[in-house]
Amino acid sequence: MDLGYVTLQVFNGLVNGAFYALLSLGLAVIFGVLRVVNFAHGAFYMLGAFAAYLLGLDAGVGFWPAMLLAPLGVAVVGVVAERLLLRRVYRLDPLYGFLLTFGLTLVLQDAMRIRFGLQGQPYATPDQLGGSVSLGIVAYPAYRLFVIAFSLAVSLATWYVIERTRLGMVVRAAIERPDLTRALGIEVGRWVTGVFAFGVALAALSGVLAAPMRNVSPLMGSEAIILTFAVVVIGGLGSIAGAIVAGFAVGVLASLGAVVNPALENIVVFAVMAVVLLVRPAGLFGSIESA
Amino acid sequence: MNAGRAAGVIAAIGAIAAALVLPRLIYSVLALDILLWGLFAVSVDLLLGFAGLLSFGHAAFWGAGGYTAAIIAKQLSLPFPLAAAAGVVVAMALAVPLGYLAIRRRGIYFAMVTLAFAQMLFYVANEWRDLTGGENGVQGVPKLFPGLSVSRSIDFYYAALPLVLLGYVIAWRIVRSPFGHVLVAIRDNEPRAQALGYPVRRYKLVGFVLSAGIAGLAGSLYAIGHAFASLDLLHWTTSGQAVVMTVLGGIGTLWGSVLGAAVVLFLRDWLSGSFAEASGVVTGAILIVIVLAFRRGLMPALAVAGGLLVERGRRARVPSERGVPGS
Repeated sequence: MDLGYVTLQVFNGLVNGAFYALLSLGLAVIFGVLRVVNFAHGAFYMLGAFAAYLLGLDAGVGFWPAMLLAPLGVAVVGVVAERLLLRRVYRLDPLYGFLLTFGLTLVLQDAMRIRFGLQGQPYATPDQLGGSVSLGIVAYPAYRLFVIAFSLAVSLATWYVIERTRLGMVVRAAIERPDLTRALGIEVGRWVTGVFAFGVALAALSGVLAAPMRNVSPLMGSEAIILTFAVVVIGGLGSIAGAIVAGFAVGVLASLGAVVNPALENIVVFAVMAVVLLVRPAGLFGSIESA
Repeated sequence: MNAGRAAGVIAAIGAIAAALVLPRLIYSVLALDILLWGLFAVSVDLLLGFAGLLSFGHAAFWGAGGYTAAIIAKQLSLPFPLAAAAGVVVAMALAVPLGYLAIRRRGIYFAMVTLAFAQMLFYVANEWRDLTGGENGVQGVPKLFPGLSVSRSIDFYYAALPLVLLGYVIAWRIVRSPFGHVLVAIRDNEPRAQALGYPVRRYKLVGFVLSAGIAGLAGSLYAIGHAFASLDLLHWTTSGQAVVMTVLGGIGTLWGSVLGAAVVLFLRDWLSGSFAEASGVVTGAILIVIVLAFRRGLMPALAVAGGLLVERGRRARVPSERGVPGS
């Protein structure tokens, strides 16, 4: 087996894992506080990519400012959705939140399809990250290395905020024992909108990151979200570190599967999910079973 | 014969009569679509309404049935009921391992697991081009029946009707059987059902496989009816569409799913004629409105209007409005 190719695939796996990690991190944070599995997470990811694309096209805004502006803009959409729609289903069975955000996904995705068509739009890699970097055996695109590093940094920062700060303490308590947290006098509801906006911004940021690598298209979010669900079943929604580790691990495993046969790449994700269900049904990082 | 039973018989005769005249009222392709999507949605309701399991991956079985029936009918030139039977068998066989794994999780995770497995099947069908034709699908599937010509869509409608009705009767029998009652008991309180000595997992698995068989029957007839099996059959939006029909009709009402299918398909049919194809926006918006304002769905509302409520209304339960474990 060609060592260079394997190395390349490990890095490709880390890149895919970077997206799984960011997306499942956002899902975990939202689920923790809102008790909603946000199906629309993929749609927000897609909107993030489109926001970056349109900012560049219509306003000449480059990649770096877009990394700030696009998540902010999509987070506003998220806040509107939370205030108008999600807020009404918190007290219901979590299935309703899932159905509601599925409906929202269909609307957002189809609206974008009607407006922009199905054909993917290219988005230029930022100039500073155009070339490739030598890894010893093989050269690797600088932008992709940036994606890995950036996603790791964001993941670690989120982990730090949630594990080490007072804000994080509240969120963590709400994730692990929502009823007890409420009983201790902490108003979980107050944090809801902010946490949802943060999760949505993370999804949109992933979308901006994806734009130079994958074509910007209305359908880009649905495939990402379904694979992320498999990652979430593997890692569980109960732990931030679990979401990050499972994200990167699944990404690398899937890419190594592609070394054997390129058709296997996505199928490996589901195979890992099947094995985890068989061996450790609650997920690798012991998750809370939702009702 | 008591009053409830008499009402049931009248309703059944009325439903069959309606199914017989339907293709005279609307064009026959749409009529068959309503019956088959309705049956598909009924299979989703069988799990969601009566076992408390939201399958977001039923396209796996609709598609497995559809591809199997299409390939068999085309390659072996078999009569369509045999091809459909093969579709049912494959769908059920597939449901055994997938169901075995999926029922290890509950609630929202069950939905994610089924969605993921259906997507896996989508990828497999996309890659396995020799068998499935990849993006081209399986085209030119013949409608065969010994001694009869059933290739016109109206003829096929009547030829397939007995099988479709059989599917509905089986669903109804499952719900009414002691087995169905145990499923409801598990839905309402799983630890208690377990404590009473019911092998809870086995019940759920059998329920899952039966539901997959019904979805497979509907998918088989759908593929033969349209003479075409494509990746759309396995797409995640197909699973979602069936769930929307079920929720629209009313979770746990069984027949509401048919009503939901009719409403969604009529709306799409009507809209596709008038302005740009916007089916996702329409289906999504319907779902949002239903979840926010109308969680019991159309069927109970109609039942109230018709004064038929008494017994059915008590049975027709939405998953507990508060998050109760095991619901």
